[in-house]
Amino acid sequence: MSKSYGILGIFDTPKAVYAAAKKVRDAGYKNWDCITPFPIHGLDDAMGLKRSKVPVFTFIGGITGFCTGMTIAFIMGQLNYPLIVGGKPYFDFVFPFPIAYELTILLGAFGTLGGMFILNRLPMHYHPVMNYDKFRRLTDDQFAIVIETDDPNFDEASTTSFLEGLGALEVTMVSGEESV
Amino acid sequence: MPRRPIIENNRGYGWITDKVCGIVERKAPMWWWFAFVLAGMVASFTGIGLIILVSSGVGVWGLNSPVMWGWAIVNFVFWIGIGHAGTLISAILCLLRQKWRTSINRAAEAMTIFAVACAGIFPLFHVGRVWFAWFLFPAHGYQAIWPNFRSPLEWDVFAVSTYGTVSVLFWYMGMIPDLATIRDRCQMVYEKRLPEATSKLAVAFEKFFFGFRKLFYGLLSMGWRGSNRHWSNYEMAYLILAGISTPLVLSVHTVVSFDFAIANLPGWHTTIFPPYFVAGAIFSGFGMVLTLMLPLRSVFGLQDLITQYHVDCMTKICLATGSMVGYAYGMEFFIAWYSSNPYEGFAFVNRAFGQYSWAYWIMISCNVISPQFFWFKSIRSNLGIVWILSIFINIGMWFERFVITVTSLANDFLPSSWGYYSPTMVDIMTFFGTFGFFSVLFLLFIRFLPLLAFGEIKALGVPESDVHAHDDH
Repeated sequence: MSKSYGILGIFDTPKAVYAAAKKVRDAGYKNWDCITPFPIHGLDDAMGLKRSKVPVFTFIGGITGFCTGMTIAFIMGQLNYPLIVGGKPYFDFVFPFPIAYELTILLGAFGTLGGMFILNRLPMHYHPVMNYDKFRRLTDDQFAIVIETDDPNFDEASTTSFLEGLGALEVTMVSGEESV
Repeated sequence: MPRRPIIENNRGYGWITDKVCGIVERKAPMWWWFAFVLAGMVASFTGIGLIILVSSGVGVWGLNSPVMWGWAIVNFVFWIGIGHAGTLISAILCLLRQKWRTSINRAAEAMTIFAVACAGIFPLFHVGRVWFAWFLFPAHGYQAIWPNFRSPLEWDVFAVSTYGTVSVLFWYMGMIPDLATIRDRCQMVYEKRLPEATSKLAVAFEKFFFGFRKLFYGLLSMGWRGSNRHWSNYEMAYLILAGISTPLVLSVHTVVSFDFAIANLPGWHTTIFPPYFVAGAIFSGFGMVLTLMLPLRSVFGLQDLITQYHVDCMTKICLATGSMVGYAYGMEFFIAWYSSNPYEGFAFVNRAFGQYSWAYWIMISCNVISPQFFWFKSIRSNLGIVWILSIFINIGMWFERFVITVTSLANDFLPSSWGYYSPTMVDIMTFFGTFGFFSVLFLLFIRFLPLLAFGEIKALGVPESDVHAHDDH
């Protein structure tokens, strides 16, 4: 184990990891994370996370979709291929509305999913925390707090005893080298 | 009165994971192969029907003046409507914080996507020369001819393709954490299954299957690792997708109803169509969810995860939406009389007592009468009867679309142009086959993807996931 990624503390109930996360936050750690098999309500606050920025991506996608819908109806109906159908105008804001509406939703949805991937740096084919030999349990029924070695407050001995003091069932060092 | 639990027998996290992942990790049961082959054979009817259609022309369908919209549009609206329950469950019930949705939303969303795929076949081939179907999209440039954005049919192209795409995105995003769980279990499953392989061939197969599973679930789960910094963005994205899918699902069947309501035909040209179509869509979709989930629940032993509480909720939604549809049928008659328009009045009297009255009364008995049984608790808890009633709902909703489409077209303004429409063998084969096509897709889904959203079930269904709850509850 030449290079370490961080120290992992394992907990077996959501309440335990929630209580521990609050203490890790209050101890002033910055580069740390909780690994949970499902979202725990309130853990964002316990970790001191800010509100997610995904809505910005949704908004940009939605606006783009709406403008695209109106623009294609204008260019195609008014400029490129003007044709009288049922005595209706070549372009108006009313009849292309369903088109613009659907495209707002379509690109808004792509923006949301894409935004989630971008903010989470996914897809990611490998992450050091997966080096933990029982990582399988962390997407099943166990919970973990990982404090990274590059955190300014990190000190191997004191961080280990800190996590043990929080009631972790197991505290272990995770290698930072890609093994698979 | 204590709140009814979402999952029964106090199941823990590990049990839920094993139960749901076990479905894709065990060998395919015999019935699965039998159902798969049967579904494939049924699906081939659609293939044959479409080959006859493409090689001969749309004339092989029973369409003729004055009925130029027959089974194709009926089947299209029928399948699209079925899809709506999936989006209702995943989006609207999510916004309404209905926690019971977590046990059924994954399968219902899969049903949505496969139903939209079945629906898409009909308008696609109804255009006649299917190789020109891309003219529907503004991707043309060629001779600078563009689609007509003033037509509700063009709105429908956008509505349905958006609906299909967003449903896939929503379904996929919801699956990422569950796929990661299955990915992380691959090694363990391989080690458990390998000793059971006796012959050399079986060992080779296990090795190949392990490699395939690692690749398949590894790629699809995108390297998800359950980080709470990820969950924070993920939860926000999920909420937003639910928020934008809600107006989407309401708009899709509204636009489908515009296909009819924008036309001037008596019986079609009514403002009640959008809400009436949306209620009917949700009604038919919940019918289909019940038809699918009740057998799956007993085959896979999911009674602790899909409980009587879930069945109660679904049947009550069927009752509510079925009553709305019944109200709409009555209101159509009232407005036809109240408007004093002789054509409108005739269209409705003709529906109930004219040449298609048999279809009208099948529709009324299946859609208005059969859901009323769900008022009774004894009926709701008899799952055999619930299943049969859900089949009646599916039949009734197909007939609703038939009645709307065909009766109005067959007897319009001028008696000299009236006609009687009946489908041909090709119509029947094409529609019959779509049930097989749907089943093939659904059986593949059961085999390879997590059937229940177990991440969400753990978060919302297991009491100890609520870190704010007091210990004495």
